[in-house]
Amino acid sequence: MAQVLREVEDSAAAQAVERVSVGVLASVGRKVSDMLEYAGGLTMLMWETVKTIFRLRIRFAETLNQCYLLGYQSLIIVLLTSLFTGMVFSLESAVQAVQYGFGSFVGGIVSYTVVRELGPMLSAVVVAGRACAAIAAELGSMEVTEQIEALKSLGLAPVRFLVVPRLLALMIMLPLLTVFADVIGVYGGQWIAHVQAHIGTEDFMASARQTVGFEDVVKGLFKALVFAIVIVMIGSYQGLTTKGGAAGVGKSATTAVVTCIILIFILNFVMSYFLYAGA
Amino acid sequence: MAGSIAKLDDVSVRFGQRVVLQNCSLEVPEGAITCIIGLSGAGKSTILRLLDGLLRPDTGHVYLRDNDICHMRESQLIEMRTKIGFAFQFAALFDSMTVGDNISLPLREHTTLSEKEIRDIVMHTLESVGLSHTYDNMPSELSGGMLKRAGFARAVVTNPELVLYDEPTTGVDPIVTHLLTDTIKRLRKQLNATAVVISHDLQSIYMMADYVAMLFEGAIIANGTVEEVRKSNNPIVQQFLQGSEVGPIPL
Repeated sequence: MAQVLREVEDSAAAQAVERVSVGVLASVGRKVSDMLEYAGGLTMLMWETVKTIFRLRIRFAETLNQCYLLGYQSLIIVLLTSLFTGMVFSLESAVQAVQYGFGSFVGGIVSYTVVRELGPMLSAVVVAGRACAAIAAELGSMEVTEQIEALKSLGLAPVRFLVVPRLLALMIMLPLLTVFADVIGVYGGQWIAHVQAHIGTEDFMASARQTVGFEDVVKGLFKALVFAIVIVMIGSYQGLTTKGGAAGVGKSATTAVVTCIILIFILNFVMSYFLYAGA
Repeated sequence: MAGSIAKLDDVSVRFGQRVVLQNCSLEVPEGAITCIIGLSGAGKSTILRLLDGLLRPDTGHVYLRDNDICHMRESQLIEMRTKIGFAFQFAALFDSMTVGDNISLPLREHTTLSEKEIRDIVMHTLESVGLSHTYDNMPSELSGGMLKRAGFARAVVTNPELVLYDEPTTGVDPIVTHLLTDTIKRLRKQLNATAVVISHDLQSIYMMADYVAMLFEGAIIANGTVEEVRKSNNPIVQQFLQGSEVGPIPL
């Protein structure tokens, strides 16, 4: 009797383990399938966008409008973020550098980091928080209120009408914002270096000029260009695939921003590796 | 029945596990108003989306003037849709544009007309739906009935051959329902176009329809003139038309 009971228990346990294993496998399978679907959908959207741009089917007035909405309206927040980041970076490094006798390198260290890394990445993260969410929410809201279908029914392609102007606008504006971020970040660092560590403006700038070349600025702007593409494509794809009313719009905006910021950090590392590691 | 402008041929559509249309066939007679009736969620709006090429069927064919639109590329569909007007259930006007700009959009994008010519056409179209005073209004400033009429204006501004109306009288009072029904009839005559109307409102259907098709469980179970469908022996049709809880339709 006891042996029969043990066999029954063993059999039930084996079945439970099998159920859990199948459940885990199914869950992993679904996640992989979702990821592949996302990547495929995003690639298709990018392909459509590139085709539309190369056919020169561009709405210039709307592109200018998006330059204002996505770019100009992000200016203040980008400047503030960059200013305080440059200042805090200088605050942490300048005093100690002077103590160890490296005061003349502070300008180079601050500007090198701001131009190559912090300027492009912080601008992109700030713009992602603002613009990517706005794009996903606007397009998502249009999707759930049938406005995207209405566009198609009028014989208009949503990619040309909605995605291309936003993409071109941010590809122009994010590098511009990055230039402003670089300048204000470096000047913020210089000011703090002067106030806290008594490093002269001339010395700071001479060090900066010696360390940072035109090539570094260009590479930083290239990063900004890639981030602009990521922000618009993720926001647009998430918006255009929104389902389920107001809750769906909120979910799309959140997912777009989270995905976008993670991708910006990953791509920043990848680009830094290939652009600078060999240099 | 007149010759058909559009046709669904043995069409099936599934959304996930849910079968929406199952071997559904329907011919849309040219120059007439065809109303499609059926229970909520029966797949009536799906038929409109199939006719406009917004949705492709899993099996079967959809024809517009003998052209199978299921195998058209997106660029061909875009061209084809310029011949079809679609009035959405909640109008789906672009909320970042004025009413005038909403209605001008297809003319600006698909014609080489001057801005003055476009404005004249749009004003004329707005007049025909009784909304000439709303040209500069934003969609958010319009009432439900006015929004629907503005949606009608956008759907017909390019003089389409076929106009699709998705539940045009849902959610409006009886007077506006009458007004909208009258507008659909008048627009059909003015444009000499064909109209397909999805509706639950039997009174307005009897007012405007030349033909009625009833959709039930993914297939057309009754199709003919209003009188033919009203006299149908099918108990499902009779229960639906009488609005009775008693009968073969599962509640």
